[in-house]
Amino acid sequence: MAAWTDISNIKQKIADSSAEEVTAAYIETIGKSKINGFTTVWDEAINTAREIDSNGHDGPLAGIPIAIKENISTKGLSTTCSSKILQGYVPPYDAHVIERLKEAGAVILGKTNMDEFAMGTSTESSCYGPTFNPWDMSRVPGGSSGGSAAVVAAGEAPISLGSDTGGSVRCPAAYCGVVGLKPTYGCISRYGLISYANSLEQIGPLATTVSDIATIMDVVAGYDSRDSTSINRENNYSDALKDDVKGMKIGVPEEYFGEGIDKDVEKSVWDAISKFEDMGATYEKVSMPHTKYALASYYIIAMSEASSNLARFDGTRYGLRAEGENWHVMASKTRAEGFGTEVKRRILLGTYALSAGYHDKYYLKALKVRTLVKQDFDKALANVDVLMAPTMPASAFKIGEKIEDPLSLYLADVNTVPINLAGVPSISVPCGFVDDMPVGLQIIGKQFDENTIIKAAYCFEQNTNHHTRRPREVA
Amino acid sequence: MVYENPDGVRIGLEVHVQLNKLNTKLFCGCSTKYHDSEPNTHVCPVCLGLPGSLPVINEKAVEYAMKIGLALNCSIVEQTQFHRKNYYYPDLPKGFQTTQYDFPIAGEGKIVIEGEDGERVIGITRAHMEEDPGRLQHMGSIDKSKGTLINYNRSGMTLIEIVSEPDMRSPKEARRYLDKLRSILDYLDVFDGDLEGAMRVDANVSVFMGERVEVKNISSFKGAERALLYEIMRQKNHIRRGGEITLETRHFDEARGVTLSMRTKETENDYRYFPEPDLVPLRVADRVPEILKTLPELPDAKRARFVKEYDIIDMHARALTTEIKVANFYEDVAAKVDPKAAAVWVADILKGELNYRDLNIDAFNVGDIAEIITLVTEEKITESSGVEIIRTILDNGGKPQDIVKEKGLLKVEDDIVAKAVEEAIAENPEAVADFHAGKEKSMNFLVGKVMQKTKGRADAREAREKLIAKLSE
Amino acid sequence: MITKEEVEHVGWLARIEIDEKESDAYAQKLNSVLDYFEQLDEVDTENVPPTYHVADIMNVFREDVVKPSMPQEDVLSNTENKQEGNFKAPRIM
Ligand SMILES: [Zn+2]
Repeated sequence: MAAWTDISNIKQKIADSSAEEVTAAYIETIGKSKINGFTTVWDEAINTAREIDSNGHDGPLAGIPIAIKENISTKGLSTTCSSKILQGYVPPYDAHVIERLKEAGAVILGKTNMDEFAMGTSTESSCYGPTFNPWDMSRVPGGSSGGSAAVVAAGEAPISLGSDTGGSVRCPAAYCGVVGLKPTYGCISRYGLISYANSLEQIGPLATTVSDIATIMDVVAGYDSRDSTSINRENNYSDALKDDVKGMKIGVPEEYFGEGIDKDVEKSVWDAISKFEDMGATYEKVSMPHTKYALASYYIIAMSEASSNLARFDGTRYGLRAEGENWHVMASKTRAEGFGTEVKRRILLGTYALSAGYHDKYYLKALKVRTLVKQDFDKALANVDVLMAPTMPASAFKIGEKIEDPLSLYLADVNTVPINLAGVPSISVPCGFVDDMPVGLQIIGKQFDENTIIKAAYCFEQNTNHHTRRPREVA
Repeated sequence: MVYENPDGVRIGLEVHVQLNKLNTKLFCGCSTKYHDSEPNTHVCPVCLGLPGSLPVINEKAVEYAMKIGLALNCSIVEQTQFHRKNYYYPDLPKGFQTTQYDFPIAGEGKIVIEGEDGERVIGITRAHMEEDPGRLQHMGSIDKSKGTLINYNRSGMTLIEIVSEPDMRSPKEARRYLDKLRSILDYLDVFDGDLEGAMRVDANVSVFMGERVEVKNISSFKGAERALLYEIMRQKNHIRRGGEITLETRHFDEARGVTLSMRTKETENDYRYFPEPDLVPLRVADRVPEILKTLPELPDAKRARFVKEYDIIDMHARALTTEIKVANFYEDVAAKVDPKAAAVWVADILKGELNYRDLNIDAFNVGDIAEIITLVTEEKITESSGVEIIRTILDNGGKPQDIVKEKGLLKVEDDIVAKAVEEAIAENPEAVADFHAGKEKSMNFLVGKVMQKTKGRADAREAREKLIAKLSE
Repeated sequence: MITKEEVEHVGWLARIEIDEKESDAYAQKLNSVLDYFEQLDEVDTENVPPTYHVADIMNVFREDVVKPSMPQEDVLSNTENKQEGNFKAPRIM
């Protein structure tokens, strides 16, 4: 019964039957899954649903099942970042977003697969094995929140949470044909999100409709005193759901259509922009000259921060512990065994980039380039309301295609990472298909102007039908 | 007299002060009152470094740090931020220590100590904030133990690291510097120095202007003096034997009183400092005027005021102002009795008796010492009786009045008897002559006279002794 | 160019054991990425300040008010390596 659907539809189903039945149906669907999107199904899910049925709940997500990425801490529920090093780790506390979801009545179905420590674009580097794209099982679902996007696309959960450090929500949303939002830095508390690159990442929602994205944002966004980078700012996201983009000014950055972009993807995006014109918006081409350097800047910063963030996994307090004649040897062996190859590469590169003699050449330089990239956004967004570009330069690639070549994998992030460097919000919405694989349109906004991009995405969705197509393989 | 510093000794100290008077740790709400608690009962996701936890700065800790900076005459930085100092050690639950790096909250400052040859200014390089690691307990010696037990109750406590210039020329000066620092910190009421680990010292030592050696793991002031004496001797001997001193870190073994080289692969580091992305910058210099207002009168100022206001000698003023508690005690006493006498009694006598018994000023009562001083200044008791009362109170308890009675210390009793003896002798020359002629009985007559004059308050045997003594003069 | 030896040194700094066989492969992959990073040298960043935080906020504090700590049982719940309320680890050196 569970399928590609949205919150309002499920609310109706709960009213017609019960939260318990709805949750049970999802759990049954997950049980038959072929895509390996879930890592754990929570055995408490059904009890939560039952409680909501018996006690009633008037929260905005009462009884609505939701899937949570493996890197968001859930009290009593394994949270491993899809890494061997965190096997067996059960957080004794809930992330801020989990507290908010629980208060809102959401039913946490379980945890979803990801690239190990969110370091990837394909969800292939997970210790649980790869997640498959529901549209084509031979292809990756994107990453790193591949599980969160795939389970929504496959109808195994109506909504989910992912995290986006350099495109990790938007990339899988685009590859799996769902909607995904990377909010402004500081919009959603990171408390409980296991850090990969703190200065870049945000938790973000995934869903089948823009409307659901707004509903989730109304629950999980907002100030949290436990996150020093959380911004105290009131906003109602659902207010943005208006079918009206008349007079909206769109900027189209040429650099996002550079070499390496698939011609058919490019065409889908331009078709989408034309659609906006039809709906009364105007567009102009803009230039963001430092885009080309964003990728290197992003990776240096992300790896540097990661090398320090991942230092705590030393076998002492939780997770894997290897044998060693002294503590330092134990830690080195634990980390050698517990981290996958890509994670180790990034830790080594980050350590190198921060080390004596290289700090200025790599780390400091990257932060200066970050300033220039951010200035590109400030300038471009001074004259337009939103920017539009392809989320990914091509549709989902084949499993195994890029795993051996880190650089080619990194290059896939070329259109998503600049947004994280600048800290601005961006939403990916389905805008077409290339060889039956979904294509994502990325709509980028000004800092804390989520409502404008949500409005644009909503309007596009209301006037197109890309989002109604479902994957054949798993439907 | 000018101190020559024949060995060219230069000592710089890094003192870690734990701000244990804060209610909570530096980045989380865990209580700082862990000292008598079970291991790992004062920890939360933040100070245990659990994945996903985030730090939030304790505002009061920043105020305390500024207070300390200002008390050490430091400049307060315009803008600062916390950095990560990356290195691996089991007491560090995040794999890095959150500390300050290029912009410490407090910059250059200075304090004045009593040096080898008079007052000496010791430069403060910087004072910065950082978090305390957890506590390790080696099951045996550090290199041969069966394992390490880790308690994170201390993890995340606020430390202020105060770094001095290498301005001290002897272990004695280093000790004086530490005492002065402790004194200032006590005045600021930011920490309880008696709690374990409240002040920890690392020292940099060089001789003959050579390379400096860092000595770590010094846990007490006495230990600091011993470690420095040993290390200076070691360096001198090494040079004398033709060796060369190279930059290194050594570990002080308190039990053996020696410093040991720690050069191993494990201690080799490249800290890879970078700004903590989970914390935002601090811009607090505008609070300086407000914090200056909360600064108490500090030891040097108090000492100067005591000399002026109470007209006491500088030596007494210094002794009375080292500890804020003693200074307050003295002022309370000085309000009741003659301040000069009070200075002598508190600084010279009471402090000595307290030190001898390893007690602090809390062990004595302002009213009691004031009463004792009054008894002495009114010549009702002798000075030595005063000392005896102090000792009795400290050893057995009791109140001055009771002790005076019990021990019959009132000088007045003596005087009355002595006066009666003199009168009896003067008024009865015949009896005196008889006594000199060997008539013992005449003594009984004289004692009877004394007893009459003192209305029986004198002790007969005492009266006899006094008469004999007088007549034998 | 990062050398094999540097890879091993960085591995030690990062406490990741790398044996000699692996260090060659790492050096090769790391160098291809470092080569890519070289392109930043083209960018003129003279007088450009670094961006550590995108959000322009400062002075975020917490009041000095005690919050409950975790029960010892929860603190030690994720490890088998414990003794008398402490975490237990191999000796340091
Ligand atoms: Zn804590």
